[in-house]
Amino acid sequence: MKVTTDKLNSNLVKDVEEISGQKVSACFQCGKCTGGCPVVWAMDVFPHQVLRYAQMGLVDELLHSKTLWICASCQTCDSRCPRGVDIPKVIEALRLTIIREKGGNYLHPKDLPARVRENAPQQGLVSAFRKYAK
Amino acid sequence: MKRIGVFICWCGSNIAATVDIDKTVAAARTMPGVVHADHNKYTCSEMGQDMIKDAIKEHKLDRVVIGSCSPRMHENTFRKTVEAAGLNPFYMEIANIREQCSWVHKDKETSTDKAISLVRTAVAKAARNEALHADEMPVEKRALVIGGGIAGIQAALDIAESGFEVDLVEREPSIGGRMAQLDKTFPTLDCSACILTPKMVDAAQHEKINLITYSEVDKVEGFVGNFDVTIRNKARSVDMNKCTGCGDCMAKCPAKVESEFEEGLAQRRAIYTPFAQAVPNKPALDRANCRWFTSGKCKVCQKICPADAIDYDQEDQLVTNKYGAIVVSTGFDTHSLDNYGEYAYGKHPDVITSLEMERLFNASGPTGGKILRPSNGEPPKNVAFIQCVGSRDREKGNPYCAKVCCMYTAKHAILLSEKVPGAKAHVFYIDVRTPGKDYEEFYNRAYEEYGTSYIKGNVSKVFPDGDKLIVRSVDALSGALVELVVDMVVLATSVDARSDAKELGQKLSITTNAHNFFNEAHPKLRPVDTQTAGVFLAGMCQGPKDIPETVAQASAAAVKVASLLNKDNLMSNPTVAEVNLKYCNGDMSCMAVCPYGAISEKVIEERRGRETVKRKIAEVNTALCQGCGACTVACRPGAINLKGFTNEQILAEVDAICL
Repeated sequence: MKVTTDKLNSNLVKDVEEISGQKVSACFQCGKCTGGCPVVWAMDVFPHQVLRYAQMGLVDELLHSKTLWICASCQTCDSRCPRGVDIPKVIEALRLTIIREKGGNYLHPKDLPARVRENAPQQGLVSAFRKYAK
Repeated sequence: MKRIGVFICWCGSNIAATVDIDKTVAAARTMPGVVHADHNKYTCSEMGQDMIKDAIKEHKLDRVVIGSCSPRMHENTFRKTVEAAGLNPFYMEIANIREQCSWVHKDKETSTDKAISLVRTAVAKAARNEALHADEMPVEKRALVIGGGIAGIQAALDIAESGFEVDLVEREPSIGGRMAQLDKTFPTLDCSACILTPKMVDAAQHEKINLITYSEVDKVEGFVGNFDVTIRNKARSVDMNKCTGCGDCMAKCPAKVESEFEEGLAQRRAIYTPFAQAVPNKPALDRANCRWFTSGKCKVCQKICPADAIDYDQEDQLVTNKYGAIVVSTGFDTHSLDNYGEYAYGKHPDVITSLEMERLFNASGPTGGKILRPSNGEPPKNVAFIQCVGSRDREKGNPYCAKVCCMYTAKHAILLSEKVPGAKAHVFYIDVRTPGKDYEEFYNRAYEEYGTSYIKGNVSKVFPDGDKLIVRSVDALSGALVELVVDMVVLATSVDARSDAKELGQKLSITTNAHNFFNEAHPKLRPVDTQTAGVFLAGMCQGPKDIPETVAQASAAAVKVASLLNKDNLMSNPTVAEVNLKYCNGDMSCMAVCPYGAISEKVIEERRGRETVKRKIAEVNTALCQGCGACTVACRPGAINLKGFTNEQILAEVDAICL
């Protein structure tokens, strides 16, 4: 993992800020988001690190992290952030970046196991498709 | 027998937590001469002082002992208390059971024993205390300000506006100091020169301010209200009365040297004013670099001067003036980078200090305000700013924080983005510290609006790579290694006390801390006073601070000066040396050790039997005596006593502890 001039000057932050409408540069790494995240135990990159990686242009590390797909957008972090950064929106923007780069969907309805299709609440399925199939 | 009252202070929990108050009070009651003993949570409070006054009346006390903090803290307070109750203030004695007892001991039993011991000592001394009376001394209604930066200018203006004459002494040919070197000021981005130069002109034009530039303080004698200060007017080689400031000499002088004002980024002539807006706008001749003085040839300036103002024969002049009060505002030096080879300063032209960066930003600087790489004159694209260079470094720098670097680096980042389109600032920091009105917001703008990257990591190495520089560090927040390719590196150099601060401190009898910044009398409550009455501090010479703090301190010092000069008379310190003629044998050892020149020889006539004989004795000038007591120790026959600290009193104290 290495920060370079090119990475610092990359457009990732600008893109993510544009997509999410959030100010990634505003984060000053207090760590309150990570401290309160209910699913942090399952994450490989902590929420505050997501923002730091974005600030430092550490694109690969971010886009390959499991965290992006683990965040449940519960907004606990967002409601407590002293800098007013809506972190779930930032994470959503990162997911979209990946989807746009790969040119494909992360999730196709067809790929859902039958058991999930039958038992998952419909609202959950709809929001999953909205998230993954943009 | 004296009637002594003892009052033990809890000082909240400061004393009471470590000293058994009840036990100490009980012990005091048994001490010889003590007729009353009591305690109070805060003796210095109004209630505590009233308790003492009431007890003096009720128990007809004629001596008072207070077991409390150091006399440095509240001796004056309690002297006034007993005076208000009708006693001579010198009948009061303090036993220091806080700084010298409760604060330095942990075990309650031993500290209680010690407190009792200290109280017994004070009781023994108090029993021998005599009434002392202060003399009145006149006050010279004129102030001296040493150092003509923004602190000195502000102090001089405020003192002058209060109606007193001020002499403002400046070492350089012009007043203005460090602030004159700066470009913009945080957090408002006011142009430094635009707000400073009017003040410089105000100072020069004020009828009560006398500018003494190119001069230094040589010797300080006397005391509050009556300082005798000798000022060395360095030979300027320019007759200030004749010089019109036309500048012809500076234009034609063939000797070029690095300009101190431009931080070495440009050259000046041997005859020069430090900068175009200099006040006074009249040059000085730097003899160390002048061709006439170094090689005996040239004299171009004298030939060209239309006013015939050049005078190579001028000599340093020593002038002694009387002052009632002194403000010290001598500023700071920037930290030497000799120990920081890892930053390649001095090895690569594109590694510069922040003060050099200020000159590059400045419209009247060497590049006319353009940010250009010193190596090739091209505008930079990526600039690394390294903070804490020489600060917070216990091993080879200053252990303290220089306080201003975080803010001026944020300012540099903002100005860089504004001046060089597309340029990016990368700031390496340990912590970013922004305590000050609108400071945090300013720093926030640097990274939110101007896209400055802030990387938490101290740079370990800077080295060239082709025509670029590589900066190596780590981002401690992400754990990522950092290796940036940049065009310029700016070092936020720490600030030091002036290299000769200690020397000046000795002249003024004021102390410095471990880093040679002048000590204030009390860090909280007397931040502009020094331990020497009549000497006050303003600006960086007391410790790192920014311009608003400096100006505030300068104005505060000016008020202190004005309130002192407002008095027609000052009360002298009555604890001075006194010669007992009966014992004095005239060997004058006392005179040799007196640091204030307060002792002189006197011949007296005495009747001895039928003869009249002449005999030499020592005489003390009580106005000059500072009560240090050196003479009392040097005097072999024991003829000199320090009033309030007589040999008899000291021995009584020793007996009280040892017997």
